[in-house]
Amino acid sequence: MDLILVLPIALPLAAAALTLLVRGSRWAQRAISLVTCTTILVLAIFILLAADAQGAVVTQVGGWSAPFGITLIADRFGAIMLLISTIMILIVLIYALGQLDDEREFLLHFHPVYLVLSAGVSASFLTGDLFNLFVAFEVMLIASYVLITLGAGKGQIRSGMTYVVINLLASTMFVAAVALIYAATGTVNMAQLALRIAELPEGLRLALGYLLLVVFGVKAGIFPLFFWLPDSYPTAPAPITALFAGLLTKVGVYTLIRTQTLMFPHDGAPSIVILVIAGLTMLVGVLGAIAQNDIKRILSFHIVSQIGYMIFGLGLFTLAGLAAAVYYIVHHIVVKTSLFLIGGLVETATGTGALRRLGGVARRAPVLGLLFLTAAFSLAGLPPFSGFVAKLALVQEGLNLRHGGIVAVSLVVSLLTLFSMTKIWGGAFWGPPEQSGDRVRDDHGVVKLRLNPLMLGSTIALVGLSVVISVAAAPLYQLSERAARTLVEREPYIEAVLGPAEAEVVQQ
Amino acid sequence: MSLTLALVVAVLFAVGTYLLLQRTLTRVIFGIAVMSHGANLLLQLAGGRAGDPPVVGDDGAARIVGQSGGAGFVDPLPQALALTAIVIAFGLTSYLLAMAYRSWVLNDSDEVEDDVEDRRIARSRERDTAPEEAR
Repeated sequence: MDLILVLPIALPLAAAALTLLVRGSRWAQRAISLVTCTTILVLAIFILLAADAQGAVVTQVGGWSAPFGITLIADRFGAIMLLISTIMILIVLIYALGQLDDEREFLLHFHPVYLVLSAGVSASFLTGDLFNLFVAFEVMLIASYVLITLGAGKGQIRSGMTYVVINLLASTMFVAAVALIYAATGTVNMAQLALRIAELPEGLRLALGYLLLVVFGVKAGIFPLFFWLPDSYPTAPAPITALFAGLLTKVGVYTLIRTQTLMFPHDGAPSIVILVIAGLTMLVGVLGAIAQNDIKRILSFHIVSQIGYMIFGLGLFTLAGLAAAVYYIVHHIVVKTSLFLIGGLVETATGTGALRRLGGVARRAPVLGLLFLTAAFSLAGLPPFSGFVAKLALVQEGLNLRHGGIVAVSLVVSLLTLFSMTKIWGGAFWGPPEQSGDRVRDDHGVVKLRLNPLMLGSTIALVGLSVVISVAAAPLYQLSERAARTLVEREPYIEAVLGPAEAEVVQQ
Repeated sequence: MSLTLALVVAVLFAVGTYLLLQRTLTRVIFGIAVMSHGANLLLQLAGGRAGDPPVVGDDGAARIVGQSGGAGFVDPLPQALALTAIVIAFGLTSYLLAMAYRSWVLNDSDEVEDDVEDRRIARSRERDTAPEEAR
């Protein structure tokens, strides 16, 4: 019985209840949130170390053995995702403390909801049970419904409605998928499903596999199921959009990779369907981004196109392809979140995110210009930034397997990504300084922007982290490779949950 | 699996889909509710054919799981799963209703609004098709 896997889920939930109890005291609420988020970050580090040493850490909740009880499991991939998500949750929390006004932060209960969200995210990464995955998704999504409509303004209600309805539809389909899978196999334990789905007839297996692909595809925002995403994300306050952009769609990608590799393995053969979807997702996302004129909307469309790269890695279904996908997800979460945080800083300081009304931010706040350039180059995949390593790995593996088409698409999309980033750069950071915002002139008569230290500090920390990811690319990539190996082999995962006897079936 | 129940599931999903495609928010919410009923019923069906009543069997004799071999009992797991799913759907339906009410308070109408992109495209089309002298 390993309690460490229970804590990242139980602690935030308990803390959420506690923040409601002390809702009169603002400092107590802030302190509880900060301490909890830091604690789960430390726990996540220990879980990753243990998972990397043993292959997978397992807890059978309540002591009920595997197929009967609820299984919590952290293999290397899950532990990596848990660590990177807890880092994001802590950094975005600090940013939010600097940005949110008092009404949103305290009267509307930002802290409890935020903690519930983090519990849901952790549970999604740690669960080894298909139905529990549904519950974890719902915990996370319910919290996100509240956060996206925080303040209940006109635009937020309009876009929030789309977001809630589309996610509910996907969840209903998820329940239907669980029902069909249970009817076919008699279990919802993912390790046992891996064994039993293999025995099903080919047609049924394909149908179940594609049903789950659609369900998680909606959550991840792949083509053609992404239409809700660029419309609903930009209306929320900056830190919330940043967290959603960095984390929530990636939880969808994580479950997509988890279910497809564990339950519907392709025996090393690439899946053409997934590769085609990947190519279209990249292309349509980036073309959408080019057509936009608002920082947050451009960045939102980029989420879609970036998801394509991760699905590309999954579609190859090889060790190197999955390793690249894992590395890509880590890089993307950090870079995307930091871009949204920078966008939020520009918006808060100048009062607008519309490129038409912005200008000269690079002169008014040079540090923002530097941060944006680092993150934007990394997103586009320019060497030596982290995006380059991730894309290089994907392109190499794509060429090895002779999938020239998708490789060409991914390279063109990289160029277009760079183009749309220069659009933000040209519109917001260059040009004559707009004389809006706080008026503090320097020696040259340029109006300096006033930046909140908490927001700026957390953004710098995040961009710093993306630099670390590119500097420490070698050990990180080796870790991704080990994670991908457990994904491809499947046996360590099944053995950890069900014991060595069952796992031998897979080996043969 | 009972054919009647399978047909009911199909009808619930069809009605739910139809309602979801409507423009009025209340109908959309009803659509979600009906559809989640369909999913929950499907979950029930996944448990296999109906079994004996839980505590007392058809013959009136008291039964305890394990004692009677448990062969005639219905699979309890899908029922537990459906219960969880029902609670979640219930909570979310009430949240949706609250949002629809807020939308009605703000807009005085119960219709789904056009999103930003739709409005932009509609505006640019109006501009393009407007007569020359009006520009």
